Amino acid sequence: MTMTSEPTPAAKKKLGLKERYALMTRGLDWETTYQPMEKVFPYATYEGIKIHDWDAWQDPFRLTMDAYWKYQAEKEQKLYAIMDAFAQNNGHLGLTDARYLNSLKLFLTGVSPLEYMAHRGFAHVGRAMPGVGARVACQMQSLDELRHAQTQIHSMSNYNKLYDGFHSWRHMHDRVWYLSVPKSFFDDAITAGPFEFMIAIGFSFEYVLTNLLFVPFISGAAYNGDMGAMAFGFSAQSDESRHMTLGLEAIKFMLEQDPDNLPIVQRWIDKWFWRGYRVLTLVAMMLDYMLPKKVMSWKEAWEIYAEENGGALFADLARYGIRPPLGWQQACDDKEHLSHQAWSTFYQYQGAAPFHTWVPSPEDMAWEAEKYPNTFDQYYRPRFEYWAEQEAAGTRFNNATLPQLCQVCQIPMLFTEPGDPTRICYRESEYDGETYHTCSDGCQAIFDHEPEKYVQAWLPVHQIYQGHCFGPDADPTSPDFNPLLEVIKWYRMDVGTDNAPYEGSRDQENFQAWKAMQTKN
Amino acid sequence: MQIDLRTVTIPVQRHSFTHIADRLGPDKTPTRYQEATLDVQANANFHYRPTWDPDHEIFDPTRSKLVMKDWYTFKDPRQYYYATYTIARARMQETAEADFEFVEKRGLAESFAPAAKQKALDVLVPLRHVAWGANMNNSSVCAYGYGTAFTAPCIFQAMDNLGIAQYLSRVGLLLGDAEALDEGKAAWTSAPVWQELRRYVEDTLVVQDPVELWVAQNLVLDGLLYPLVYEKFDAALTAEAGPTVSMLLRFQVDWFAETSKWVDATVKTAAAESPENAALLAEWIGHYRDRAVAALAPVAELALGADGAAAMADVQSRFAARVAKCGVAL
Ligand SMILES: [Fe+2]
Ligand SMILES: [Fe+2]
Repeated sequence: MTMTSEPTPAAKKKLGLKERYALMTRGLDWETTYQPMEKVFPYATYEGIKIHDWDAWQDPFRLTMDAYWKYQAEKEQKLYAIMDAFAQNNGHLGLTDARYLNSLKLFLTGVSPLEYMAHRGFAHVGRAMPGVGARVACQMQSLDELRHAQTQIHSMSNYNKLYDGFHSWRHMHDRVWYLSVPKSFFDDAITAGPFEFMIAIGFSFEYVLTNLLFVPFISGAAYNGDMGAMAFGFSAQSDESRHMTLGLEAIKFMLEQDPDNLPIVQRWIDKWFWRGYRVLTLVAMMLDYMLPKKVMSWKEAWEIYAEENGGALFADLARYGIRPPLGWQQACDDKEHLSHQAWSTFYQYQGAAPFHTWVPSPEDMAWEAEKYPNTFDQYYRPRFEYWAEQEAAGTRFNNATLPQLCQVCQIPMLFTEPGDPTRICYRESEYDGETYHTCSDGCQAIFDHEPEKYVQAWLPVHQIYQGHCFGPDADPTSPDFNPLLEVIKWYRMDVGTDNAPYEGSRDQENFQAWKAMQTKN
Repeated sequence: MQIDLRTVTIPVQRHSFTHIADRLGPDKTPTRYQEATLDVQANANFHYRPTWDPDHEIFDPTRSKLVMKDWYTFKDPRQYYYATYTIARARMQETAEADFEFVEKRGLAESFAPAAKQKALDVLVPLRHVAWGANMNNSSVCAYGYGTAFTAPCIFQAMDNLGIAQYLSRVGLLLGDAEALDEGKAAWTSAPVWQELRRYVEDTLVVQDPVELWVAQNLVLDGLLYPLVYEKFDAALTAEAGPTVSMLLRFQVDWFAETSKWVDATVKTAAAESPENAALLAEWIGHYRDRAVAALAPVAELALGADGAAAMADVQSRFAARVAKCGVAL
């Protein structure tokens, strides 16, 4: 990162970078006296985090605004040039296969809205933190996150013009059953206090888990010929390095400021590791099942980015008294199962998902077996082969019942008991005379610590049962009323195209036809 | 293998995302500003209430007394989204950089008349704290305001405010040195001339209504302060000692002209929505104008001496005309 580079006249004492940045930024604030500091920063103490000296904050990067504008503008010019060229030259026809597009649909509907939430969340924390260094770094991240949201929308806008399942991302993100998983994750973070937000997003997500989200997507794009998505991905990665150093500085700062902060921060790490890990279920499925040309397995990604990198990070944080998150071991054990259980679920609920699913081909299954020698043939292959037979017989399996959702992560109860992949895991908690269900020890612990928060969750399946998910023209009293179909319409899914199986889908047909047009002499 | 790819013309299936087609009609291809802005903020089915503000939803229009049927009626005439914003600012900073370099290379700061130099330091350096207050306020409006069309320009504005605070710091370092910044801060926190202005800034830091805060900061305070400092004071200083310092303030001059277009469009839209909004805006503007005028009067005198009062009166009457043009009767 280059800093501001204006030359200093020889006559003056030369200021070091750190000193200069401190003068230009850190000296800007003052102790207010016409209004009490507690009123100027009203959210600074209620979480119990004790900060004694904001001046001890080490600026994670020293970037003045003039330098920021300069470098970011250069990046934007390049990025939009690539995007435009990709669109003009029908770059989409260079994709390996139209199945690839489904990863992008998952990304646009599930992840891009979170970039926007990060933008607003960092604006909030960038106002709420009493320390000027922390505020500036958060505000800059807020601006970066707006960039990520907008470049992703622009990049996928081209696909939306030609392919199905992209068109209603905004509407769907706030309604569709499995999209409440990422939505509730970020709603949870932004409604927490500013310090918890920093641990949730700045540290746990940006530092511990971000590589597991972005590297698979960017590499997946690169392997499958998507220069457009690859360009925005790489361009965003250069911002991520700043965000990661901010997250790391935030946690170290909190831990160094007061020993009483340790148990609070540890609990947040436990919580947000698990919450983030559950969201990554969608990435696991994408890597192992949705990419026509595979990059690496979820298990391999987990081993590199979580076990190795994360392991080193937590070894480093041990000197502050931090231990690896609760649930870490279970996540490591589950790497053998996660993607298979998730894809099986989406396959069954194809009718309610705006992207296409399919049974893995025999070659794909051979790849799964090779990558998952301990589990695939034993637990998952028989299921997929059975479904392939049913498809061949013209009786594709579609699950018409609504799944029960975890009260915390909101994923359907599809995960199995630790150590027993044949038994679904259920946990129960009581609160205020009611019973609440969670999918795992991790989610149950989160619920039990803050039940008053999680009982508020907008659970899509409950909402359907309560009749909140029908359009104004749906008539539940009519004899041919089909509640599931009405829900799908309310989701704004185009029935028969968005939610169709991949084989025979409009995307598949169009892609093949356009490609044929292109290569025909 | 090289395949000779034919140029294929493919008919589009749809022109835009449905939330945009709902607004523009299905046959319109939206601009990038529209795609990046319209309905980008979530507006339904929030899962939890903020622990820091349990009386409101995460995004909640009732944080403000201003009522809009549709918060996407607001339009930024600059059509800024991240890329166009950063590219525009990159150009401006390039000019500013060249100006600073010009002054530095030729040693113009050293040859600037000492009395004028001191005057520039006295007036400009404390203003870095005013810009910093503006940064906090715009960050606040971005966080707690409603609808991307209204909030996204506020993060741009917040970062501009920070950039301006940094440019003013550089002016201080160039005309003086690190001690000049300390002196400016000491004046800001304790010299009588700055105290009403500091009170104004601190009082805005606790305003909870995002639109009220936006009005107090972007329309009223900056609407009076920028013409006073960057036109009146700049002109007086140039007349007295030449254009050196004026060159170092070009960013702020250009910035104020540009951002005023957005501010005016926003006020106009809010006022045109309903007589209630227009009345509310008039109330806010009147209240903050009176306070800002009182806070800036001593600064005008510090900057312009005996001409300060006349300069203030002119700035005020132009401000009144500007507000009237936006459809608000004070
Ligand atoms: Fe991001
Ligand atoms: Fe769960």
